[in-house]
Amino acid sequence: MLEVADITLHYGAAIALRGVSLEARPGAVTCLLGRNGVGKTSLLRAIMGAHPISGGAIRWDGADISRLPTHERARRGIAWVPQGRDIFPLLTVRENLETGFAVLPRGQRRVSDEVFELFPVLRSMLGRRGGDLSGGQQQQLAIARALVTRPRLLLLDEPTEGIQPSIIKDIGRVIELLGARGDMAILLVEQYLDFAQALAQTIAVMDRGSIVLAGRREEVEAADVRRLVAV
Amino acid sequence: MTLLYLDGVSVSFDGFRALNALSLVLEPGEMRAVIGPNGAGKTTMMDVITGKTRPDTGRVVFGEDTDLTHLDEPAIAALGIGRKFQKPTVFESHSVADNLLLALAGDRRARRTLRARETADENARIEAILATVRLAPERNRMAAALSHGQKQWLEIGMLLAQDPRLLLVDEPVAGMTDAETEQTAVLLRDINRTRSVVVVEHDMAFVRALGVKVTVLHEGAVLSEGSIDHVSEDPRVVEVYLGR
Repeated sequence: MLEVADITLHYGAAIALRGVSLEARPGAVTCLLGRNGVGKTSLLRAIMGAHPISGGAIRWDGADISRLPTHERARRGIAWVPQGRDIFPLLTVRENLETGFAVLPRGQRRVSDEVFELFPVLRSMLGRRGGDLSGGQQQQLAIARALVTRPRLLLLDEPTEGIQPSIIKDIGRVIELLGARGDMAILLVEQYLDFAQALAQTIAVMDRGSIVLAGRREEVEAADVRRLVAV
Repeated sequence: MTLLYLDGVSVSFDGFRALNALSLVLEPGEMRAVIGPNGAGKTTMMDVITGKTRPDTGRVVFGEDTDLTHLDEPAIAALGIGRKFQKPTVFESHSVADNLLLALAGDRRARRTLRARETADENARIEAILATVRLAPERNRMAAALSHGQKQWLEIGMLLAQDPRLLLVDEPVAGMTDAETEQTAVLLRDINRTRSVVVVEHDMAFVRALGVKVTVLHEGAVLSEGSIDHVSEDPRVVEVYLGR
């Protein structure tokens, strides 16, 4: 289980996270919602170790990982699908997937069949360069690359942004399947409210660097979420 | 007569339409808040006004009949358009007052600057700006020692030293404390008494505190315009913010 306990995060002197607490449990999709610039991506960066926190603690499987480097967090089973995908455009699809091997022990460095079962389109494109894929295919590749590391915590940052509706549906189905498997905690950052609400077991909404609303999906008033996400 | 008129401005990058026949009118003395989701075109609009990006089509008319799309960045700044970027950029190892002195309009060639003496007039202007941006008590402190919010105010003060007619301010309250955010709304309203202002922001409490007309951009064009209550009840704005 992931436990984020009262963390603060600064960029220089500017404050981006003000005492944020959040949990993500295996077998559940936790959705983090909020407008632009409220701190959603900063929270993912803190969990991944891409930016140091200035207070609080991040615990994973009971251990404090707040000071571990990013690669060590990846080795412990945390994977991040960044906003804008960040696939390697000049590497082939196969090579993009194999970059995930870096965190695996030598004997386990292979792409499991499950990855291609979830994203069949990638199997037929293994030799193609990442940059030649459509936006939706690149998003699927980015998620697949994260799955290659066999994560137990998957961080997804706006996987539907700029993606065509049919592929959004495919991605939604994959998130649902991964959540239902039971062994993976999923933290999904979204601005597409209907998509997020359909997948989430737990919802948290951020505003101005703080969590301002949180709870199980059935406990949280949809009208409150809409008010906090809209203008 | 308008101060700024964007007339059918379009900009594309690699096939992506950042601005799509955007038209917008700013009256003299007006303060306008511009909001919109990621990729709505807010920053590109600022880039076009300041000459950082040249539009593919359309005109940007400033004042009587100056088309800004034919001018470069320094020429546009010299016309009286000042821009504050999101991150504070002040001279950290100089005092607050010296930061303002450096920003005052005047001859800044090396030889003149080396021999320059602060005149009584310059001093009076610096004091006036310090009062406006709430930094009079910090006058002799190093800029590096200011809080994040104070650095943002100092940079706004440096823009005022250039005596602009129009200020463009990009996300001024990101990373500020609640108290600094409230103060910034008051400060911009003060500045707006004598100058026109365009503020891009995501912080809705702050936009509400400004109490000015709001323009909502989406996909490079104006989606809705009016009071904050008007735009927040506009079903098209709600749809866009819910990502539908």
